[in-house]
Amino acid sequence: MKYLSEYRDAHIARALAKEIRATATRTWTMMEVCGGQTHTIVKQGLDELTEGAVEMIHGPGCPVCVTPLEQIDRALDLAARPGVVLTSFGDMLRVPGSECDLFQIRARGGNVRIVYSPLDALELAQKNPDKEIVFFAVGFETTAPANAMAVWRARELGVKNFSVLVSHVTVPPAMLALLSAPDNRVQAFLAAGHVCTVMGFTEYEPIAATYHVPIIVTGFEPVDLLEGMLMAVKQLEAGDARVENQYVRAVRRDGNVPARSLVERVFELADRQWRGIGEIPLSGLALREEFLEYDAVTKFGLEGIRATEPAECRAGDVLRGQLKPVQCPAFGTVCTPEHPLGAPMVSSEGACAAYYNYGRFRAGAMAPATAGEARP
Amino acid sequence: MCLGIPGRIIELHHDGDLAMGTVDFGGVRRDVCLAYVQEEVGIGDYVIVHVGFAISKVDEAEAKRTFEALEEMSQLEELEFLKDAIPPGVIGQEARS
Repeated sequence: MKYLSEYRDAHIARALAKEIRATATRTWTMMEVCGGQTHTIVKQGLDELTEGAVEMIHGPGCPVCVTPLEQIDRALDLAARPGVVLTSFGDMLRVPGSECDLFQIRARGGNVRIVYSPLDALELAQKNPDKEIVFFAVGFETTAPANAMAVWRARELGVKNFSVLVSHVTVPPAMLALLSAPDNRVQAFLAAGHVCTVMGFTEYEPIAATYHVPIIVTGFEPVDLLEGMLMAVKQLEAGDARVENQYVRAVRRDGNVPARSLVERVFELADRQWRGIGEIPLSGLALREEFLEYDAVTKFGLEGIRATEPAECRAGDVLRGQLKPVQCPAFGTVCTPEHPLGAPMVSSEGACAAYYNYGRFRAGAMAPATAGEARP
Repeated sequence: MCLGIPGRIIELHHDGDLAMGTVDFGGVRRDVCLAYVQEEVGIGDYVIVHVGFAISKVDEAEAKRTFEALEEMSQLEELEFLKDAIPPGVIGQEARS
């Protein structure tokens, strides 16, 4: 409540929360699969505002967090090689690998560069023909069109010293994996609005029908999220299970057709490891055979790099919604944003970091001095 | 990286056959690929941009609302990275912007 009062649409939000509580005859368990949504829910206390009517559990919605350890280790290996420049979005640099992170490799002389767009990495390759430029292509469906275009352009322009370390994941297979787990508690999903801006929402229709779960395509602002929760509660109370679009102002049923077409042209579905969760069949994207010369794993022979995740970090339970960040014994003690054990504490989209930064600690536990403030 | 950031197109150009534009994000300007935008766009229009690619056109009011919401969420770190990012140049001969 304390945060919501600062929000400009606070009166609309309060009215929605009141309607959610009045509509629900029991507590319904919902999951969001979007780090931005997790951030809003925790920061604005939307879960506290709807307590008793809705229990929000936070799914694997942070692409940085689910990037498997071995893929981080491969990036570290590349960055340490002479003549190779590893380019990445900024949020990957602090994610711990088995031995260290990309910042540390850079401090030891490795060439690691933050780029804003994969096209910048391609331009870097064109301007530096004597160097191998590798782009760390992570993300959900929102960044896939950008990475597809970079590879497509590289081939069109005949750029040979450019490649991508692909770690793309897709949301619907993760939902299926969660729903088919024997300990599943999810009764409805809020689907990530911006993923649907690209992909549309036809993929979710068979999931809603087969598993009988409402799926609401939802934006990331507080009012969007509360509206999405209300739509889900109404369906659950009525025994419905449909895909509904709360985020009409940004999402069409078919998504962005040109972007989807190029993604399908360059990538194909592949089995993919999710950090803390394990392998989910056909849950990721890999380059098609005709683009394999741009695949960094093939080009640099990185297949042999494998990694085992540390047992101390229970990120997998957090990412599957089985454990709230505060219930992890390491949370806020041996695991903090300054010294993260796992990726959910690193990325601002991660559930652990959101809980830590907005001062969600166990009752009675000592809150660190930095808690309650958003980190820069 | 998942949340698109709204910005205003202030210039249009081509990189080979690729439609590009300069987009202003609250004062930070960047080259953005416009190839995926399904609607007609021109100078002065607002677009939602994901990692250098415009995905959809939005109206000014929605663009401003979304930008403010991202600011409130402190989710404009992509723009911070953008300021940190060194423009692509010849490695070893580039000046930091």
